[in-house]
Amino acid sequence: MCSRCPDAVRTVAGLVLTVALFVAISSGAWARDLRVCADPDNLPYSSRSEPGFDNRIASLVATELKADLSYVWVSPLRGYVNKTLGARMCDVLVGWPREAEDVSTTRSYYISEFRFVYRVDRLREIISFDDPRLRELRVGVPVVGEDLAATPPGHALARRGIVDNVVGVTPFAVESAQARILAMLKSADIDVAVLWGPQASWVAQHLGPGYATHEARDDAYDGAMSVFAIAVAVRLGETALRDEIDQALVRAHPAIELVLDDYGVPRVQGGER
Amino acid sequence: MARLITVISFTETPVARAQSVGERLQRKRALGALIAASFLLAFSAVRAEGPDAGDWPMAAKDYASTRYSGLAQIDRANVSSLTVAFTFSTGVQKGHEAAPIVAGDTMFVVTPFPNILYALDLAKGGAVKWKFEPSPSASSQGVACCDVVNRGAAYADGRVFFNTLDNQTIAVDAASGRELWRVRTGDIRNGETLTMAPLVVKGKVLVGNSGGELGVRGWLSAYDAISGALVWRAYSTGPDGDVLIGPAFKPYYAFDRGTDLGVKSWPGEAWKIGGGNVWGWISYDPELDLIYYGTANPGPWNPDQRPGDNKWTSGLFARDPATGQARWFYQLSPHDLHDYDGVNENLLVDLTIGGATRKVLVHPDRNGYIYVMDRASGQVISATPFVPITTSTGVDLETGRLRYAPDKTPKPGRVVHDICPGSPGAKDWQPSAWSPRTHLVYIPHQNLCQDAITSQVSYIAGTPYVGATLKMRPGSGGNRGLFTAWDPANSRKAWSIKEDLPVWSGALATAGDLVFYGTMDGWFKAVDARDGKLLWQYRTTSGIIGQPITYRGPDGKQYIAVLSGVGGWAGAIVSGDLDSRDSSAAGGFVGVMSDLKARTTKGGTLYVFALP
Repeated sequence: MCSRCPDAVRTVAGLVLTVALFVAISSGAWARDLRVCADPDNLPYSSRSEPGFDNRIASLVATELKADLSYVWVSPLRGYVNKTLGARMCDVLVGWPREAEDVSTTRSYYISEFRFVYRVDRLREIISFDDPRLRELRVGVPVVGEDLAATPPGHALARRGIVDNVVGVTPFAVESAQARILAMLKSADIDVAVLWGPQASWVAQHLGPGYATHEARDDAYDGAMSVFAIAVAVRLGETALRDEIDQALVRAHPAIELVLDDYGVPRVQGGER
Repeated sequence: MARLITVISFTETPVARAQSVGERLQRKRALGALIAASFLLAFSAVRAEGPDAGDWPMAAKDYASTRYSGLAQIDRANVSSLTVAFTFSTGVQKGHEAAPIVAGDTMFVVTPFPNILYALDLAKGGAVKWKFEPSPSASSQGVACCDVVNRGAAYADGRVFFNTLDNQTIAVDAASGRELWRVRTGDIRNGETLTMAPLVVKGKVLVGNSGGELGVRGWLSAYDAISGALVWRAYSTGPDGDVLIGPAFKPYYAFDRGTDLGVKSWPGEAWKIGGGNVWGWISYDPELDLIYYGTANPGPWNPDQRPGDNKWTSGLFARDPATGQARWFYQLSPHDLHDYDGVNENLLVDLTIGGATRKVLVHPDRNGYIYVMDRASGQVISATPFVPITTSTGVDLETGRLRYAPDKTPKPGRVVHDICPGSPGAKDWQPSAWSPRTHLVYIPHQNLCQDAITSQVSYIAGTPYVGATLKMRPGSGGNRGLFTAWDPANSRKAWSIKEDLPVWSGALATAGDLVFYGTMDGWFKAVDARDGKLLWQYRTTSGIIGQPITYRGPDGKQYIAVLSGVGGWAGAIVSGDLDSRDSSAAGGFVGVMSDLKARTTKGGTLYVFALP
């Protein structure tokens, strides 16, 4: 690169390079990386602009692993696992269902459930899917786009024939599903929404007084359709990394609980799944 | 067409100098008539009757969507000596579903994402004349459902039109490769994409969107070919005004008649996210002045959430191309339960049925029936299974309704075995061909059934859920693919070829009584149009899912061209590097294609063949 340079200059250049390399190593705290793929705009889970709770949990895990945390920001897309972990863009997804079969998952760090979010003036009392008012009010629910699938509240409502007054919120849009539901509740476009626990609390917090949340269990499925354990996902078969993160999650447990409390993530008691 | 016009201007130049003004005027008029005549000549060639111009200006070759060429230099006797004339690497390694387009001495090839448009000089062995890179947004790759395919460009009047995955329709000057206009037709952030090949009819570029699975409302739009201005947009759901249903709308069957059925046949506001996308093929009958196209399945795909017929999804529209106003509609799969899109091609042919010549539309549908319909009225003349079907028991020709088999209705928590055909249908997008010499339709298709077995925990955009796992498997016989020659006038199979893998390529028929298609492990085949006998085959570098075409080169020779490059929904396991252990990936298609990785690899190469 510098074939015509005098030897002295070459020596100096070499020195500068060595020093630069040393500075680079010592300023990055650890010798290993923890590369996380995350949605850049999906609060309360993750966000590029302000940390979501999964971002903070990723930091705790990285500290336990003595690893440098780095993010690859990937908006929701089809085949997310394949296009992120599968494409080796990153090694870890934080906040993935414990029972997902296309990844290897750690122990769960929280278990939550679907919840109603509603305007107190429209629904003063505690409600269930069998509440007759659910047939009259406008209900917002996320929809899934594939494999004959619906979100659990989608199934619970459809099974009861509650469809005419249901507004489906599609998975992909300019804003996250919970952000759109928040706006619809605020503008009284809908009266009640059924959302995954962390989304439900986030929406309720942003709406403030006048709104409340309540568990939304569909007894027909023994709660299995409503309750999910959430874990950290790694590539299928990467058990060494999974085991390390497992231990990190155990060690960081008290701190993780504080983070979840901070974001008001509703938890269901139920031991390790 | 371009060649004809060149000849005319050449004869004019030397003579014009010595002529008086009057003579010149007279000559101008004569020249005008000559040009008009040459247009007519080209037009009739476009309809695949009379002498063949040797061009391939649109994906289906002609407005009738026959994919039939009158060229006969390559025939049954000499096809065995067919050899590679030239190849061209597109530099892209995703699923290549496009048809090469030929106009004059130039071939136009549009690649999968990033949708590069190449112009190849056929007079110079396929040398690159120009290259147009539209630079679509990278994130559109994550939105497309089934690989990042593109089904081809369209040529008309010196312009090339094509779509990009991120919803742009672009017009390029065919001679220079200069961009003439581009319009943004939709928004990828809502899950919307464009994968179809546009069709140019009466100065309008017809384009339809993809993305129903994600709740994108389907539409077909007409853009002015000169300016790119939107002329009309016809939605597939919603109020009549949005669907362009007016006084001219006369569906043949009672169940397709009524006001605002695009709203009333849905619960609440479900029509707003109802799908019915227009990602398949469009045909045009200049005599009746009607365009024909199918609409995709309704969304969301879980049928319990959308009781009702879900108009105007999974059906066929006939429309006036000038205004977009609907003339008739026929719903192939009312309240679709199995992902049976209605977007497959419509071949416009004249058939002798019961002693009378009828102007029909032949439509091999995903639901397993091949429909022969009166294309003026929308009446179903026959609807015959071309594969074993378990999901329905027939089509009631009185009412027009498909009779579903109740025991195959998917229900959450219930196991349903032997759903035939499976979600890709008896036939997916891969277009068939028609030969006016044999009166047969040549259908590339798959032979797949599925079980909706277990529930699997999944996650999308912040929400965990439990989905049905579709386990696809080969249908009866154990072969996953078929290439079937069908006699539509007599509603019976003429012959069929068993292929181990789904036949995901298009078909081509020629006046040499040859039919061409490709296999997903890379064989490009020529068979006898009369009995299906294999006459020639060539192994390309990757699996073939493209549309074969033929043209007359500048040297007067007949050429056959096809793109090799595996992918698409069926081949996503290879083009998308999917994990063969994850049988539920690609909507369950990976489970039945796990051997494909061992049989072919990614590619992106144009092959052009000729006689030595």
